[in-house]
Amino acid sequence: MTSAPKSSFVLNHRHLLGIEGLSRDEITGLLDLSEEFVTLNRQIEKKTASLRGRTQINLFFESSTRTQSSFELAGKRLGADVMNMSVSSSAMRKGETLIDTAMTLNAMHPDILVVRHHASGAVELLANKVDCSVVNAGDGAHEHPTQALLDGLTIRRNKGRIEGLLVAICGDITHSRVARSNITLLNTMGARVRVVAPSTLLPVGIERLGVEVARDMREGLADADIVMMLRLQKERMNGSYVPSMSEYFHFYGLDQRKLAYARPDALVMHPGPMNRGVEIDSIVADGAQSLIREQVEMGVAVRMAVLEALSRNLPNA
Amino acid sequence: MISSDRRPILLANARIVDPSRDLDFNGDLLIADGVIREAKRGIGAAGVPEGTEIYDCRGKLVAPGLVDMRAFIGEPGAGHRETFASASQAAAAGGVTTIICQPDTSPAIDDPATVDYVMRRARDTAVVHVHPMAALTKGLEGQEMTEIGLLKAAGAVAFTDGDRSVTNAQVIRRALTYARDFDALIVHQAEDPNLVGDGVMNEGEFAARLGLIGIPTAAEAVVLERDLRLVALTGGRYHAASVTCADSLDILKRARDAGHPVTASASINHITLNENDIGSYRTFLKLTPPLRSEDDRKLVVDAVASGLVDVIMSDHNPQDVETKRLPFAEAAPGAIGIETMLVAGLRLVHREELSLATLLRAMSTRPAELLGLPGGTLRNGAPADVIVVDLEVPWVLDPNELKSKCKNTPFDEARMQGRVVRTIVGGRTVYDFV
Repeated sequence: MTSAPKSSFVLNHRHLLGIEGLSRDEITGLLDLSEEFVTLNRQIEKKTASLRGRTQINLFFESSTRTQSSFELAGKRLGADVMNMSVSSSAMRKGETLIDTAMTLNAMHPDILVVRHHASGAVELLANKVDCSVVNAGDGAHEHPTQALLDGLTIRRNKGRIEGLLVAICGDITHSRVARSNITLLNTMGARVRVVAPSTLLPVGIERLGVEVARDMREGLADADIVMMLRLQKERMNGSYVPSMSEYFHFYGLDQRKLAYARPDALVMHPGPMNRGVEIDSIVADGAQSLIREQVEMGVAVRMAVLEALSRNLPNA
Repeated sequence: MISSDRRPILLANARIVDPSRDLDFNGDLLIADGVIREAKRGIGAAGVPEGTEIYDCRGKLVAPGLVDMRAFIGEPGAGHRETFASASQAAAAGGVTTIICQPDTSPAIDDPATVDYVMRRARDTAVVHVHPMAALTKGLEGQEMTEIGLLKAAGAVAFTDGDRSVTNAQVIRRALTYARDFDALIVHQAEDPNLVGDGVMNEGEFAARLGLIGIPTAAEAVVLERDLRLVALTGGRYHAASVTCADSLDILKRARDAGHPVTASASINHITLNENDIGSYRTFLKLTPPLRSEDDRKLVVDAVASGLVDVIMSDHNPQDVETKRLPFAEAAPGAIGIETMLVAGLRLVHREELSLATLLRAMSTRPAELLGLPGGTLRNGAPADVIVVDLEVPWVLDPNELKSKCKNTPFDEARMQGRVVRTIVGGRTVYDFV
């Protein structure tokens, strides 16, 4: 029957705005809690009552399918009342500012706001204006903490550890919040991180973020335990950052030949949605070394853990 | 490579100049199997394989074949102006054993398939080596970079938009950044099209007298300054396609002194001619960039002597009669030059403005090095791309004897001293002056 998590881990922050600022123990606590939800999610009875009575609003200023549905499912399984708001199609169009929207929602007394916004820093700006907990579901090219947590969980479950592994993050580092959150999490957990991309997709100064830098896949994937591919948006491969889709795939797309540069037991990850044939070949994406589908499963568990851990810290709890 | 039909050749009793090793000595040079076997004093007829052709140079110069880093050939799309066949005949007669053709053709050489076409076409029709530069931006439009990695793998030796200058600094920055990962060389004509405007010759007194609109040297300098700051930012390899003026040399020197990967070419026209040579509206001397003042010319020559300017190229640009027999302002710019660049350069040697070794280095060793090509040297084992030059013989240039399809030479009826008497490409004699 309904089983409350045994872990009593409490996240001593009001918001989860990024991986930056989380300690190694806090990350470990969240991953341990997530494991319990993985087990729960595989049962027929998936619901708990820990967020009963709570209101969770998913406020998405940028369209998203998987992250939004993952948060929605996570909230519902914890017993919260979940409301989805896609702002691109409503108030913002009518000229309401980000802060106005936040204040309007705040007046409805939500307990948790899950926010995605296309501008880096926008979620923090909003968090400063509301009385509830805020979870960053992705802000611009800054952070996407639940993605990094689910990636960390996936790695830990498959490799038994994170510390000491070599993780190669490949692709559009410049525009990727997934890359930034992962770099921080993996460094905090003691992994070695290497970014692999053409120089046009590497922000100037990236080497100061505690990563090794490689500009070709042979060098970049050498000895890698984990190969994490990033999505390259189509408008960036028409000659502005990268000459063409075919050139990108030729030099940076993950196919079996390039995957062979990594360790034989290397595992492949991708935050989705994938551009098959651009950054990753279908044979690799669907192959035996791929963890891509497991990442999606971990996403729900991690988001439940984050909501649970934050809610234990809410007033009147 | 085919080698069976090539007899070994001994170039005997020659003055051998190899700028790649600073060598200048009297001796013999043996060619066999398409490569240079040996160059030393006294190989003699006794020390050569059976069947070797013995060619008595009688003190003439033997040097590496020239590598012309900038020549417009009409293929694809403008075969009426020049073909690989005609250009290569002109090149052979001028001592050029490697032509670097430009991508501003129709269609532009901006995808791997076109590079492949050009290389096959040249292989089948040209008597000298031909390597293409590929376009830097798609369609030469200055907006989106081309497939630099795939184009380089297909055989493109560098990336340029030909005589078009890219105005968008972000495009240059990204291209330099991206090209660096592939160790690709970007060659750019630094010239602000808005400052050029309707200009047709160098800005100054002479243009004022002729009533022609001038082009300031600043049109070149402002873009070169911008580009070299972007080189400093990105670390990409950059080659100024055609420098013409003192301002550019100052900018270049600063970047070079700071250790940035910057090199430069000057055209044979800009080091041997000046704006006064336009005389009474001679359209064959309408060039882009324009001929500058005598002071600028001298400084560019000095920069070649000091090595600040690495390469002398022909800027070969065949134009037919219809595009040149027009009022100066309406005529197309450009001059042929592949056949005359060595003899025109010898003028500077005879006047002692440049040493012979420096001239040859700038026309062979340096371009080969910059483009990663094997020529430009007489080292043992190097491809036998070799020329024999009579440095003294006087003659008058008759445009009708030029092998180029177009006759728009700025040196028509000019007195010359010295000429190429034999050109050997890959061990095969492709030109023999009789």
